[in-house]
Amino acid sequence: MTPEIIQIRGRCVVPGKAAAQALVTRDRISGWGGVDPRTGTVVETRHELRGQSFAGKVLVFPGAKGSSGWSAQFHMTRVLGMAPAAWLFNRMCTKIALGAVVSHAPAMTDFDRDPLQCIQTGDWVEVDADQGLVTITRSRTGAGT
Amino acid sequence: MRLTDEEKAMRDGRDGEAVARAMDLLIRYGQALGAEDFVETRNVCGTYTASTPFMRDFALAKSRESQKNPPSSQSSSLAAAQDASDLQDESGLDAVYSEFNLDSTQVVSVPKVKAFSSHLQLGFDPHHPVEMGVTPEIVQFYRRSEAMAARRGVQMLNTCTPYQVGNLPTYGEHCAWMESSAVVYINSVLGARTNCEGRESTSAAMLTCRIPNWGYHLDEPRLATVAVDLDITIDSVEDWGLLGYWMGDWVQDQVAVIDGLRATPNMPRLKHFGAAASSSGGVELFHIVGVTPDARSREQALGGRKPVELRRYGARERAETFARINATGKDREVDYVMLGCPHYTIEQIWEAAQLIEGRRVHENCALWIFTPGAIKAMADRNGYTRIIEKAGGKIMTDSCSAMSRAVPPGTRVVALDSAKQAHYLPAILGVQAWFGTTAQCIDAACTGRWQVMA
Repeated sequence: MTPEIIQIRGRCVVPGKAAAQALVTRDRISGWGGVDPRTGTVVETRHELRGQSFAGKVLVFPGAKGSSGWSAQFHMTRVLGMAPAAWLFNRMCTKIALGAVVSHAPAMTDFDRDPLQCIQTGDWVEVDADQGLVTITRSRTGAGT
Repeated sequence: MRLTDEEKAMRDGRDGEAVARAMDLLIRYGQALGAEDFVETRNVCGTYTASTPFMRDFALAKSRESQKNPPSSQSSSLAAAQDASDLQDESGLDAVYSEFNLDSTQVVSVPKVKAFSSHLQLGFDPHHPVEMGVTPEIVQFYRRSEAMAARRGVQMLNTCTPYQVGNLPTYGEHCAWMESSAVVYINSVLGARTNCEGRESTSAAMLTCRIPNWGYHLDEPRLATVAVDLDITIDSVEDWGLLGYWMGDWVQDQVAVIDGLRATPNMPRLKHFGAAASSSGGVELFHIVGVTPDARSREQALGGRKPVELRRYGARERAETFARINATGKDREVDYVMLGCPHYTIEQIWEAAQLIEGRRVHENCALWIFTPGAIKAMADRNGYTRIIEKAGGKIMTDSCSAMSRAVPPGTRVVALDSAKQAHYLPAILGVQAWFGTTAQCIDAACTGRWQVMA
């Protein structure tokens, strides 16, 4: 029953520390037209996370897509208290960089191991962007033990 | 990041609190990107004004908190005088600007812009509040915000196509622009240099003339890595929209070089092409051999390297893309035809006017055409507005149906000549969309039916 602990390292995008449950998607995320800032919910049709809220979660995703309204949408989530607790992503672009900065939540990229492989939705994730360290704790209860 | 003395002085407050907040935001943003330094820019396009009910509530709450500028909507006997004084009223707008433009929770007073700064499209056309479904209070709030922006030196172009109404970047000019269709146009067709910026970074650049020196400001990321060989002739606006939609879906955010063109495209064609490619993918830069400035040859566009992947575009790819864009189209009865995504050029309005002259928009259908205010003034002067209005259509400005989420009441089926709009409207509004030529769209407006081409 001992939990499995994994650590991965990456580059700090926005400094800070946070710990929360992970929400993982393999789909890139749209800002404008893709999320509802009032609830922190993904609304894009055909998106893997459609109907799920990232508010207060460690959002793990490949990258951003879509309109240049990206940052403004995630800015709004922070003002409304619906921003992610932290951001972990693979592909850097201006939309994500600015969106993460104005969300004021810690963010990281450029990992030594792919966070999409290492992290599952529901894992407890501690993000220490200042140290460039992500600690993933997975409960092994019911996982074949 | 490496900062110049000038940048340090701005950060440390030499030019006031707002400029210091702007520089602080740009430094945090540059560090997030991993940029080494800043590049100077004197050409910024962004969304500056406030136009949403949320921002109005935010402004009202903040001006009540501060008390020093109580809202001035109570006691004026003359409506006109009240209107004029209301446009001078900036209470609460400084708080909205500080939070949503500069990412500053501390409220700063709003200074004049330093860079040549242009305003992009809005969430509605303030001249058509009824069609747009916005209340008079929101229009008035926007007008206060617009008046403030204008006093600060922001050019109210109010379009997704600033390059056709007074802001045409030069080759190599470092810019800080938002709006994906405009970004891809100036990067690719004009050879200007910009990334796809956001509301906060453009607002900060307007005050500092700085933007992180990253991505498409640098030489290497501007080289093509993938290539497209054309097997068919690409001629009409429709052809270009289809090619763009196909290419964006494949390359996502990679830079492609397109080779094998037989006819030189004009501005509307490249405008539709880039808008389509930046909707289905995240294309911010492309090269076309013999057409765009960094592609006198295929080798030049690729920087002498081999493409990591090469694909051919022929009749089959065109047909598959056409079917995909039209996937939501089921019912032939068309309720609404929207033209002007990206905003129509005067040439396209001329074409639409010729196509509709002497005809009538069907009683069960509506026709709205979106264009920049400056082009609308030309259309008025040339008589195109009269021809289109006489036929029962409307020319609107400042926005579009995707931005405003506004369509005529009861709209279920739309017809469009823009692949970008056909991508967004079914997703945003749940309507069915038909995509085709401008002539097909005008026919649909006048007959109320979509005729499928053989």
